[in-house]
Amino acid sequence: MDYSQFLYMKEEVSLIVVMAILFLYDLIASEKARKYFSVVACVLLGAHIIYNLIPTSTPGSAFGGMYYYTPMMTIIKSILTFGTLIVFMQADLWLKREDTKFKQGEFYFLILSTLLGMFFMIASGHFLMFFLGLEMASIPMSTLIAFDKYRHNSAEAGAKYILTAMFSSALLLFGLSFLYGACGTLYFEDIPALLTSGNYMQLAAFVFFIAGIGFKISIVPFHLWTADVYQGAPTPVTSYLSVISKGSAVFVLLTILMKVFAPMVTEWQNIIYGLIVITITIGNLFALRQKNMKRFLAFSSISQAGYILLGVIGGTAIGMASLVYYVLVYMVANLAIFGVISIIEQRTEKVSMDDYNGLYKTNPKLTFLTTLALFSLAGIPPFAGFFSKFFVFMAAFKSGFIVLVVIALLNTIISLYYYLLVVKAMYINKNDNPIEPIKTDCYTKISLTICLIGIIGLGIASIVYETITAFSYGM
Amino acid sequence: MEYTILILLLPAIMFIFLGLAGHKLKPKIAGIFGTISLGIVTLLSLITAWEYFTSPRVNGVFEKIIPFNIEWLRLGEFLHIDIGILLDPISVMMLVVISLVSFMVHLYSMGYMHGEKGFQRYYAFLSLFTFSMLGLVVATNIFQTYIFWELVGVSSYLLIGFYYTKPSAIAASKKAFIVTRFADLGFLIGILVLSFYGQTFGFIDLMGGNSDLALQGAAQKSFLGIGVLSWALGLMFIGAAGKSAMFPLHIWLPDAMEGPTPVSALIHAATMVVAGVYLVARMFPLYIVYAPGVLEIIACVGAFTALFAAIIACVQTDIKRVLAFSTISQIGFMMVALGVSTSMDAHGGLGYMASMFHLFTHAMFKALLFLGAGSIIHAVHSNEMKDMGGLRKHMPITHITFLIACLAIAGIPPFSGFFSKDEILAAAFKFSPMMGWVMTVIAGITAFYMFRLYYNIFWAKEAKHEHKPHESGFSMTIPLMVLALITCVAGFIPFGHFITANGLVYDIHLETSVALLSVGVAIISILIATIFYRKETQPIPEMLASKFRFIHKSAYKRFYIDEVYQFITHKVIFACISTPIAWFDRHIVDGFMNLMATATQKLSYLIRNFQSGRVQQYAYVFLLGIVVIVGLILLIL
Repeated sequence: MDYSQFLYMKEEVSLIVVMAILFLYDLIASEKARKYFSVVACVLLGAHIIYNLIPTSTPGSAFGGMYYYTPMMTIIKSILTFGTLIVFMQADLWLKREDTKFKQGEFYFLILSTLLGMFFMIASGHFLMFFLGLEMASIPMSTLIAFDKYRHNSAEAGAKYILTAMFSSALLLFGLSFLYGACGTLYFEDIPALLTSGNYMQLAAFVFFIAGIGFKISIVPFHLWTADVYQGAPTPVTSYLSVISKGSAVFVLLTILMKVFAPMVTEWQNIIYGLIVITITIGNLFALRQKNMKRFLAFSSISQAGYILLGVIGGTAIGMASLVYYVLVYMVANLAIFGVISIIEQRTEKVSMDDYNGLYKTNPKLTFLTTLALFSLAGIPPFAGFFSKFFVFMAAFKSGFIVLVVIALLNTIISLYYYLLVVKAMYINKNDNPIEPIKTDCYTKISLTICLIGIIGLGIASIVYETITAFSYGM
Repeated sequence: MEYTILILLLPAIMFIFLGLAGHKLKPKIAGIFGTISLGIVTLLSLITAWEYFTSPRVNGVFEKIIPFNIEWLRLGEFLHIDIGILLDPISVMMLVVISLVSFMVHLYSMGYMHGEKGFQRYYAFLSLFTFSMLGLVVATNIFQTYIFWELVGVSSYLLIGFYYTKPSAIAASKKAFIVTRFADLGFLIGILVLSFYGQTFGFIDLMGGNSDLALQGAAQKSFLGIGVLSWALGLMFIGAAGKSAMFPLHIWLPDAMEGPTPVSALIHAATMVVAGVYLVARMFPLYIVYAPGVLEIIACVGAFTALFAAIIACVQTDIKRVLAFSTISQIGFMMVALGVSTSMDAHGGLGYMASMFHLFTHAMFKALLFLGAGSIIHAVHSNEMKDMGGLRKHMPITHITFLIACLAIAGIPPFSGFFSKDEILAAAFKFSPMMGWVMTVIAGITAFYMFRLYYNIFWAKEAKHEHKPHESGFSMTIPLMVLALITCVAGFIPFGHFITANGLVYDIHLETSVALLSVGVAIISILIATIFYRKETQPIPEMLASKFRFIHKSAYKRFYIDEVYQFITHKVIFACISTPIAWFDRHIVDGFMNLMATATQKLSYLIRNFQSGRVQQYAYVFLLGIVVIVGLILLIL
């Protein structure tokens, strides 16, 4: 066996090493040393990011084409790991609680297992590998959602997630069997040559595939689990779900659409077209009426998924670049809001939007950060969200989807309304019993500062987008 | 010369630092921080100038250097917006002018603004302004110029409205911002047209660089009978006219005097208002080649503005207003000098050199005049001439320095203004005798109103004061003395060795006839002013004022230009255009939007049952979704 192929798997291997160290630490560390668990986890993950930041290998494949590598994947994986690191920081306060303190090792281990699954999913060169990665990302996720298992909501959300995940996996496998029936192979490289336009069996296979992955991205109509799960899950897990899990799935979707389903481009473009329109619209319509912050963000994230798909629909390198950039920008903004929600929830147990009334009076800094993050999500210049929306619109526009861009633009107006609703609550609405001034811990401070820099800086520092573009041409 | 980046960064950092942390510092400490950073910037600018002008020439000209450049935004295959630093003779000269005057103003404000509320905020804004102005002059491309152009406008707005509890200051700041913004619209369109045809924003590419071919092609195209490049450059001039307060866009500058006086010295006399002149000078090679017609318009606008403002300056009683109109008039001189240039060589391009020279000397003596006026206002707590008089005994340093500046602006040798104005007049005479005579007359009026001002402040009848006026402190008199010294010697700088239209060395030689004529006119005007205003009673001006009452009153009212604007905006635009549009907006557009919003809310209410919380129903929807998609595809395909 040629062991040099492992060089392509640098990221995965180093992540496994991190996991192994954390696992051993959990087993053997003394009570005193366990106090520093979060420090160890964050430092290790940070080291992992730095070690893997620069793409070293050239594109290639390993294990007979099961595993694939391109430099773009390093960028994508780094973005996901970076998001995970922020989630780790924001989770610390929650993990230090009495009822979760003893199992914080499990949290880190489980999150990193899902991350590993996503890595394999992204790097897969065969549908079997893809499926394994997907499952590896899903199953630990349900335990994470049910992490507060004695809390009714959390347990219910976990059950809902695992049931829906099973259902969608079954459908995905069903679709893959169609594909195997039509092509006789599941290698990404071999399938395109065997696909023909207008073959019903292949189309059905494609629709099942979309449903399977649409569940992860929470595309309408495969989104219904989202709100309940987001609301029920512990907030750090919710933010992980809404950003990392979703981001990885869209990357995979675009790679597979470009690599595997390229011959069916007109068909899948039509399907994605319809899905984008209903995803954005339905997500927006539901977001309008939400009173719970986490539920509100669930629907906002559904509608954002629709915008992310705008980068997918063209199936071009520019689309890929705009999509990666969008996910990055969306990540910092969403993590900022979840960070704020998380700390408020930890300190006061309040998650309703009404509780946020008059937040400005008592917590001006947190309010300011949330406002900027919401502005970024709504796409108001000069924040990064404006540029990311601009680039995905540009990508879709260049591929000729002008009507779609107009629909998406109209929907941004609706989204502006509900994002500003939160801003209004925080600044203008009166509250006799506002949330008292909150003391943030050091981890939250660092993570929120990173997010703030991202929200402001990512749009202005053009180098970020240009680097991503440069790599996306090589994929 | 990479250290030039510090010239930009220091004020920017100081702005952020003082803006965020200033209120935690003691006012004095904040002022010292600002002043020291500006001192360093001034030093760096001087070193830059020294190093730049002593570097060897290539083919007889100083090379253009770009020590720092980053691509900030790429707009297409050719167009990209850069942020960088371009060093060439005029930008280096401007660096020196801006940092020097700004440093003087920083120092001066330590005394002048002492005890004001918002002292730290004042210094933060000064730093912001200095940063923006420096960024403007070193811009490598026209878009960077535009970005900093707007930043300069914003900081001017903030500083004019510094006393934000005073309604007149608020009104003045809004007026300045709106009028210049309005003009900037022309500038922006000009940029877009020019870059569309030239395929670049970069100055080096635009001027004799890679886009020559593209521009020559564009020179053939025309729009409404006028070449597209003339349009572009003409629109840019509108932007320049707005910032430089050329008629009829001058109305904001006199009102801008509501700001603190050191701000008037820095922004509204020495630096920002000459940005328009600088812009035309920057684009000068294009004007010469592609739009000589626009240059003639610039000359006419400049001459008219110079005359118009000089007449108004003769009858104003607020000393800062007199200086404001004098500034407008002097900028008119610079514009005329640019406009009368006919080619790039030493003779045709004399005006270009003269204009830059006058910009330099004017910045120094006008800053001196304003700072002197500030010192006077500080002493008597009034802007009106009638509250002054006889101050020469109380304020000797202010008196002498002010007199030097008056002599300079009047064009008396050996002060700096004489040399630069002489070159402008020579260029104007070369262009056409008519233009030369007009400018000579205006120079005469200038000498008259400046000495009217001088006598009314320092001689004439002494007003009654509650406290006896006294000389200002050292932080205020030192800048006065430094600037006065520069005004005395600046005329002997061999300016033609540094800056000329084509970059080659040109030895300035006085044209005896022009020099004699202008000095003669100046002396006569000063004599008239002496007779009119030196005495305690002023019978002749009063007699003249009552005899030509109509002219006097309309000049005092600034020829009712503000009223004309008021009429056009309120009676014509607001009443006939804005009101119907507002109605349409409120009833039709808003109505439609309200309908949309209601419909959206209703729809959102209707579909709420989808989200039931029952997972088995979710699975149904999931499956149904797939079936519908497959079904639709089967139907369509």
